[in-house]
Amino acid sequence: MAKTPANNVTKSNRKWVIGYSIAGGLLFAIYQFLLPWEGLPIGIYDAVYRWMPPAAVNESLVYVMMALGLNIVVGYAGLLDLGYVAFWAIGGYCAGWFMSEFFYFLNVHFFGSVPAEAPGIHINFWMVLVIGGFVCALFGVLIGAPTLRLKSDYLALVTLGFGEIIPQVFFNGENFFGFNISNGTKGIVVVDPIPVGVKNLGPFDYGWKLLIFMLLTALLVFVSLRLRRGRLGRAWLAIREDELAASMMGVPLMRTKLASYAVGAFAGGVGGVAFATHVNGVYAERFNFAISIFLLAMVVLGGMGNVWGVILGAFILSWVNGNGLSAFGSFYNERMGTDVDFPSFTFLLFGLVLILMMLFRREGLLPESRLKLVLNEEEIEDAEAVGKKAK
Amino acid sequence: MSNVLEAKGISVQFGGLLAVNSVDFDIPKQSVVSLIGPNGAGKTTFFNVLTGLYKPSAGSINYDGRDITDLPPHKIAESGIARTFQNIRLFGLMTAQENLLVAMHSHLKAGITSTILRTPKQRREEREAEERAQEILEFAGIGKWTHEFARNLSYGDQRRLEVARALALQPKVLLLDEPTAGMNPQESQVFIDFVRRLVKERDISIMLIEHDMKVVMSVSERITVLDQGEKIAEGTPDQIKNNARVVEAYLGKAKDSK
Repeated sequence: MAKTPANNVTKSNRKWVIGYSIAGGLLFAIYQFLLPWEGLPIGIYDAVYRWMPPAAVNESLVYVMMALGLNIVVGYAGLLDLGYVAFWAIGGYCAGWFMSEFFYFLNVHFFGSVPAEAPGIHINFWMVLVIGGFVCALFGVLIGAPTLRLKSDYLALVTLGFGEIIPQVFFNGENFFGFNISNGTKGIVVVDPIPVGVKNLGPFDYGWKLLIFMLLTALLVFVSLRLRRGRLGRAWLAIREDELAASMMGVPLMRTKLASYAVGAFAGGVGGVAFATHVNGVYAERFNFAISIFLLAMVVLGGMGNVWGVILGAFILSWVNGNGLSAFGSFYNERMGTDVDFPSFTFLLFGLVLILMMLFRREGLLPESRLKLVLNEEEIEDAEAVGKKAK
Repeated sequence: MSNVLEAKGISVQFGGLLAVNSVDFDIPKQSVVSLIGPNGAGKTTFFNVLTGLYKPSAGSINYDGRDITDLPPHKIAESGIARTFQNIRLFGLMTAQENLLVAMHSHLKAGITSTILRTPKQRREEREAEERAQEILEFAGIGKWTHEFARNLSYGDQRRLEVARALALQPKVLLLDEPTAGMNPQESQVFIDFVRRLVKERDISIMLIEHDMKVVMSVSERITVLDQGEKIAEGTPDQIKNNARVVEAYLGKAKDSK
């Protein structure tokens, strides 16, 4: 038993802001200034582009945002959500609707980044972020209200259903009761650039967008940490620990769970809008079930409930998925003179990683300090029952 | 003397089993009343009805002048009926302090935005809640474990923490489900003193389910005996001790079941 209980679990810690700023600034400097620099040895330039191209970093950051949102639902409140991709889709289509020429018959401009004569709805990116967040939060509540009455496995099944339904609606959205809401499989192509005052950031301004994505991620981390330490975060944790006891202690289960859905969905919406600007369009086929599982794997691999673990997990998995494995494959094939199609083994690798994690490091790469406690110790009760002294 | 809680004609049916059969029960203000009976008599079921976990198939519960029969559990808790559990159900991976703060949930007001922005009001509220939690922890004699995880506490301290957590709800009625289970006689004695102190200093009424007759007899003002879902006796400890039906049902049964 611990003798001096130090308050290292709940106290606030702002040190991360410094570390995060340094890391973000460094990444930004590398991709914005160092890479285009003439004097950079071509070897380094090639290596960076091969192993860590700017597009891959930005895409990873989008995954980080999504995983942070899912972490609030799964890691904080302990609700298994297998349909999180729905919020990614809704966020993406918010960008498609409000930041493109999709509604060509309209001409609405609101601090947009395109010339005033362009048709369609063009709302400022920063506002669309907020709109996308709130639309997703609304859908989170709408989906959650009927489903959250279910427990564990049943909840997971129903979320799975919603995760299929919503992307399918968009996939077949060319004729949604007579309206075209998504352009179907053709997708909504070309979303507006991001206005940052002095210039507009198009699809190829990777460096600056990296900075913006880092900023958005920081915001989500900030919100996660703050909420976690507050009244709502405690209630989530209590529900994760013991739902029945929580309700007996005056925690309204439905409201609290809905709040976690709404906040998680909000983050999903932000990620969705960011992703739309990253790929410069919204494509229905990208929002599939595998993404939901992929995000869940990120949260589990990194360490449920710990934002830093989740960020690490999301970064690693999306990097392996997007660029890492194919880069390694071509590297290996060149050296060995073989012709192995490495990217086709992606899911084999993920499966293997998850199995190994479950066997040897169930708590994730960077576990939440609380969980470390349970998962690392041997079964105390068992040890005590047979008279062994627990370490 | 008025009652803080009155349950009338409570019945609970599980399929074909009548777990509680039209039981009347009231809890007078600032008192300690006990509910005893052999295993399976329906004591915990009755507790679960009072706290809203089960809805009674018949009967009504009146608390503090209003009908709470159909309220959801968290509303009942919020209104001031707190409980502990037969098998400890703390939030194991939360610190002692956090356990109490969760119970204060319904009394705190901070919402999502004020928590994210950490408005002065939210900070003040948190600080006050923490102080109140500390005060209750001290009262329960576990003030030194504020930042220790609940699961790391010793068995006795976990029992105390459960009571402390219930107190954080600022209850008028406290339901204790076998609070001295697994305690030795000394610990039980300490607990009896604690219960007396609670009633005197905190203006709380206590309802107790207990198997330890020594505890029951010394602390209760009134004892109600359940057997197979029915109330078979009610009275002061002395009356119960000498009640033939109780001796037959309770002690007789205890012989062959334990």
